[in-house]
Amino acid sequence: MNAKVQLDDTKTKCTTMSGAEMLIEALKRENVEMIFGYPGGAVLPIYNKLYDSGVFHVLTRHEQGAIHAAEGYARISGKPGVVIATSGPGATNLITGLADAMIDSLPLVVFTGQVASTVIGSDAFQEADVLGISMPVTKHNYQVRDVNDLPRIIKEAFHIATTGRKGPVLIDIPKDVSNSEGIFEYNQTVSLPGYQPTTEPNYLQIRKLVEAVSRAKKPVILAGAGVLHANAANQLLEYVDQQQIPVTNTLLGLGGFPADHSLFLGMAGMHGTYAANMAIYECDLLISIGARFDDRVTGNLAHFAPNATVAHIDIDPAEIGKNVETQIPVVGDAKIVLEMLIKQEGKRSENKEWIEHLNQYKQKYPLWYEASGDVIKPQALIEEIYKHSNGEAIVTTDVGQHQMWAAQYYKFNTPHRWVTSGGLGTMGFGLPSAIGAQLADKEATVVALLGDGGFQMTFQELAVIKELNLPIKVIVMNNNSLGMVRQWQELFYDKRYSHSVFSMQPDFIKLAEAFGISGVRVVDAKDLEDVMKKSFTNREPELIEVVVKQEENVYPMVAPGKGINEMVGYKK
Amino acid sequence: MKRIITLTVMNRSGVLNRITGLFTKRHYNIESISVGHTETEGISRITFVVNVQEENQVEQITKQLNKQIDVIKVMDITNQSIVARELALIKVMSSAATRMEIYGLIEPFRASIIDVSKESLVVQVTGEPNKIEALIDLLRPYGIKEIARTGLTAFTRGTQKSQQQEKNFSIV
Repeated sequence: MNAKVQLDDTKTKCTTMSGAEMLIEALKRENVEMIFGYPGGAVLPIYNKLYDSGVFHVLTRHEQGAIHAAEGYARISGKPGVVIATSGPGATNLITGLADAMIDSLPLVVFTGQVASTVIGSDAFQEADVLGISMPVTKHNYQVRDVNDLPRIIKEAFHIATTGRKGPVLIDIPKDVSNSEGIFEYNQTVSLPGYQPTTEPNYLQIRKLVEAVSRAKKPVILAGAGVLHANAANQLLEYVDQQQIPVTNTLLGLGGFPADHSLFLGMAGMHGTYAANMAIYECDLLISIGARFDDRVTGNLAHFAPNATVAHIDIDPAEIGKNVETQIPVVGDAKIVLEMLIKQEGKRSENKEWIEHLNQYKQKYPLWYEASGDVIKPQALIEEIYKHSNGEAIVTTDVGQHQMWAAQYYKFNTPHRWVTSGGLGTMGFGLPSAIGAQLADKEATVVALLGDGGFQMTFQELAVIKELNLPIKVIVMNNNSLGMVRQWQELFYDKRYSHSVFSMQPDFIKLAEAFGISGVRVVDAKDLEDVMKKSFTNREPELIEVVVKQEENVYPMVAPGKGINEMVGYKK
Repeated sequence: MKRIITLTVMNRSGVLNRITGLFTKRHYNIESISVGHTETEGISRITFVVNVQEENQVEQITKQLNKQIDVIKVMDITNQSIVARELALIKVMSSAATRMEIYGLIEPFRASIIDVSKESLVVQVTGEPNKIEALIDLLRPYGIKEIARTGLTAFTRGTQKSQQQEKNFSIV
């Protein structure tokens, strides 16, 4: 990296230190600003060295909170989130977060303690086969057998987590390895013959794409989270302005293209806009950039872009052709690919009619809901949040109805403001990830938009919000039920609301107050504006419980098994 | 259809677990698997036979295997000119009366008897899987007590026939 680091390198070459000291030193070399963790027996040596190391450590109240916070941090900062947990239950509590980060390609470096090497395999106290358990939900994982390997492994872990298609890497460290002394040598280069991600695309494929664009009459771009991971939002905007191709986003891609742009069609997929889904259905050229054709985007594959030439730009070659047959595969980093495309000479697509056609869809079938007198409509709540946060807030969510409404009605114009659990759909993700997001961007307004169900899975992290005095607005959209489950039961299971409606709820305001956070409950629609206005003008943590209509459903909708051209609820 | 996939991998602990785990996770069926050291220290070679429904499934398997950090190279050699061998040990019931008969039977297969007891023989045979199947079928009437097979291991031949081009799934 830079000369200074090189200098330090020679200075500390052949320095002897303990495994725990090596870990701390390596984190400093990797410029890690903060770590999220929870101590325990097997990581005591590490925490002992951490104590006076000067490394900022966030003590969450559950390991799941720590890893979701690290995900929120990674999503906003673009840097790897670092997590430490102890062996056994500490490590197994991380599994949901690892799976979440894996499927949403978030860079994490996770350290878990392990029982001492001498007792591994003997079912020792707090022993779990973390290497085995975490294997399918990590990009790669390690167990350190020899303390001298630790610096190399940490270097490799950061490299693997942050390059190619990003993802979580776990390092399992037996307690005796943390204690034993070894030689610390921190190389700047890694040698991984089996890992050489392709970032530079094949030029011939780029030319093929340029020609396809010039021939296309009805092109559309589907932009996913890959645009954000590659920091390519500016390049995408430049390319679209140059080529005049309409754009739709996946759920995780929101913010990668400005929502107020005239060529933006809204989100695609199960709860996407009519214009976006019909654009994909009718197009003759579909250019997917950093999206992986998840089933929630495609619906029934037989009806997905049936008449289109498909161009798929992705850093992960395994994504190409996995779900959708692809004619123009482009393996590479979205930013590099877009920069190349911008520089190519080629005729622009003649698509004025197509844009006009899609504009008609946009005007005819916009997102809609019926306002109702006193009862607060969830969509109206999102619009209020949008208004009072000037559309600039970082919004984090769990999974479900509130997530879909946020995606539909919070119009993200800038990248890296949207933190949601997309692939795994993890309840309880929103609150802890808001903590990481706020720590990554201290000036930002952060809204943790949660359902009453998801909030009750991880609300213990309110303690961290209070402790660090983070000005997060925790907005609990309370419909007294597991809304999306209830919606599906209503639509597909004969309104048999099996265990999706809560018969007992805590007093959310008292709960917030118990953590020393002020809370306010809004029931009447006419009070909503005042509460929001007041809340967004101060920089204090606050919990706002908003009681919304229980029977409200998310529309429009592509029912499971249907094609994206078979939407329901897209018009009044 | 059956496909033969060979991998060169870093010989690190858990590497086989990573690969078989990947097969489980993605619902691929392993027909056979054989593993051993290569000429280079620290590098192992794995030969898989997998059963797939469609062509694009093999492509996915190949790509997913390639994503593993410890996997250095993946090749689907099914359509190439290859040498493929498997070894089987077959314990057959045999009395003194049938022993010579079995000797005569296995001889054209270039199999050998590697253990003899009062009631049984152990036959060792190497070759392509269908040759082994054929021998097993012939021995079955005598009563087979046990079979142990190594699974297929395979190499591409030194010279490839010109019309058989290398199957290449890489789109990079």
